Amino acid sequence: MLEFKNISKWFNGPEGKVTALDEVCLSVSPGEFLAVRGPSGCGKTTLLLIAGGLLRPNTGQVSLDGNDPYALSPEKRSQMRARMIGFVFQQFHLIPYLTVRQNILAPSLALPAKGANQRTQELVSRFGLDDRAGHVPAQLSTGQRQRTALARSLLNKPKIILADEPTGNLDEDNADIVFGYLSQYVAEGGCVLLVTHDVRAAAHATRTLQMVDGRLIE
Amino acid sequence: MTIWKLVASEILHRRMNFALGVLSVMVASASFIGSVTLLRIHDLRTGQILEAKQEELAKRMAELKDDTRKAMLKLGFNVVILPKDQNLADWYAEDYASKYMPEDYVHELANSRIVTVRHFLPSLQQKIEWPERKRKIILVGARGEVPNLHKNPVKPMVQPVPPGTISLGYELHRSLDLKVGEKVKLMGKEFTIHACHKERGDKDDITAWIYLAEAQELLDKQGLINAILALECLCTGDALPLIRKEIAAILPGTQVIERGSRALARAEARTKVEEEAKIAIEKEKLGRQHLRAVHERLASIMTLVIVTACAVWVALLGFTNVRARREEIGVLRTLGVSAKGILVMFLSRHILVGVLGGVLGFCAGVLASVYFSAALEGTRIRITGTDLSVVDLLVLSVGGAAALAVIAGWIPTMMAIRQDPADVLREE
Repeated sequence: MLEFKNISKWFNGPEGKVTALDEVCLSVSPGEFLAVRGPSGCGKTTLLLIAGGLLRPNTGQVSLDGNDPYALSPEKRSQMRARMIGFVFQQFHLIPYLTVRQNILAPSLALPAKGANQRTQELVSRFGLDDRAGHVPAQLSTGQRQRTALARSLLNKPKIILADEPTGNLDEDNADIVFGYLSQYVAEGGCVLLVTHDVRAAAHATRTLQMVDGRLIE
Repeated sequence: MTIWKLVASEILHRRMNFALGVLSVMVASASFIGSVTLLRIHDLRTGQILEAKQEELAKRMAELKDDTRKAMLKLGFNVVILPKDQNLADWYAEDYASKYMPEDYVHELANSRIVTVRHFLPSLQQKIEWPERKRKIILVGARGEVPNLHKNPVKPMVQPVPPGTISLGYELHRSLDLKVGEKVKLMGKEFTIHACHKERGDKDDITAWIYLAEAQELLDKQGLINAILALECLCTGDALPLIRKEIAAILPGTQVIERGSRALARAEARTKVEEEAKIAIEKEKLGRQHLRAVHERLASIMTLVIVTACAVWVALLGFTNVRARREEIGVLRTLGVSAKGILVMFLSRHILVGVLGGVLGFCAGVLASVYFSAALEGTRIRITGTDLSVVDLLVLSVGGAAALAVIAGWIPTMMAIRQDPADVLREE
């Protein structure tokens, strides 16, 4: 599903060149829950952004479902992202003025679909948000916010979920709930690339890799 | 979920930012529409003032015409009876006849039963060199009025110059320093100055009047005259042929021509009044045009300043909005919303700000200008929607305001489009 071949990414900062990824090779297949663990600043988020078609690598090749997203025009790349990828973030990134239901429905702005409303209702129920569906994010608990974000990532039935520290702001119970949903998604045929420093992720992942100074270690 | 729902929800969420944007565009639009409307009202008021003045002039002229008509009825007009063989071109050029006719003609007229003429004044006129004074003068011999024997006696219109006396025109007595009572010699004959006339501004100023018989003697034209002035003909102007016919029947050896009358002078006065009134209207028009130009200049400067300030304010609100929505833009781009989608989202918001501001600004501008123009003009002006071309103004206001909002919000919108979602997500 997702394949990295010798991906390198560096940034030119005030103190010179900073290497975020160094010759990274990686592959995630359907039904796989890959957790990449590492300390802050080791390049985990950069890995995820490159995988999501949001950050062009300096060298190497990315393949998503057999296509290189960076070979596409920005418009086509946006469409590909909307169609194939679900994102979950540590900070949830919900739109503050939309209700839970509207936030879950937000990906339909990029990829309008006939059954989007019905699918939204299913996700609201599945993530236990029925009584909160009309509330805006400010009225939700952190667990409810992350469940909303998770539901939003699933609206367009993506082939892969890219999750960046999804449990970073959650307590243990809520973190387990989130891992549970991700495992369920993998069990249904999806694949997950999770970057985290949470040691509990290993218990839910099918494979775990360590990232140190931009390099992946088995 | 649609872009429009998202835009509406965002506006409700950040209603203060939106309301300030609308208010700003409204002020810009109101100042522009107010200026245009004030100028249009000024034009309407100018039209009304000039129309009223034209009406007043027409009324005054009608009254004057009526007065003149009445005066003409009383005055009649004057004719001159000349020898039949007198060349009229010469008469008009010299203003006296070079041919002569018997003085008896005037008696024949006076003794006839002529009804169209009331007064007869025989005269003998000739341009001569006043040998004693080395001056060219017009010498007129007159004997006063010959009464119409078949009518009731009326007071003579012109008093004759007594024999042995002379009356002098203004230019003659002034330049020769002559006074009433002094004695002067004319062609060897001594005369006492009977009268020194005031300035008339015509040939009378170089004319000397003496008794007719003495003039005939001096000019060697005994028993001859060259004109009979017939005054106050009792008919209206278009009856000249009737007078001619009547005089021709009595004096076949003569011809009759009309002479400028007092009625004619009145007509000239009337023309003068009309001209003065037109000049006054023209002055009013110029005054209003000047006032309009001043208003226009002031309005242009004020509108430009206000519109620029409002555009800057709208742009600042746009920057604030984009900054506040940085995370939201990053997320939407991550979810697959294209740059075009973000453009539509921000532009539609700006257009909405413009349209709402334009409509409100139009209402405020028109109402304020109607109120202020009434105060400035000191009177209530009746204005209809058609007078102000309301539809045109509304379209102008809404279109202009939307354009202003879009132009002012263009740079912030471009910033939003170019925002890299990776930057937002990396900052987490």
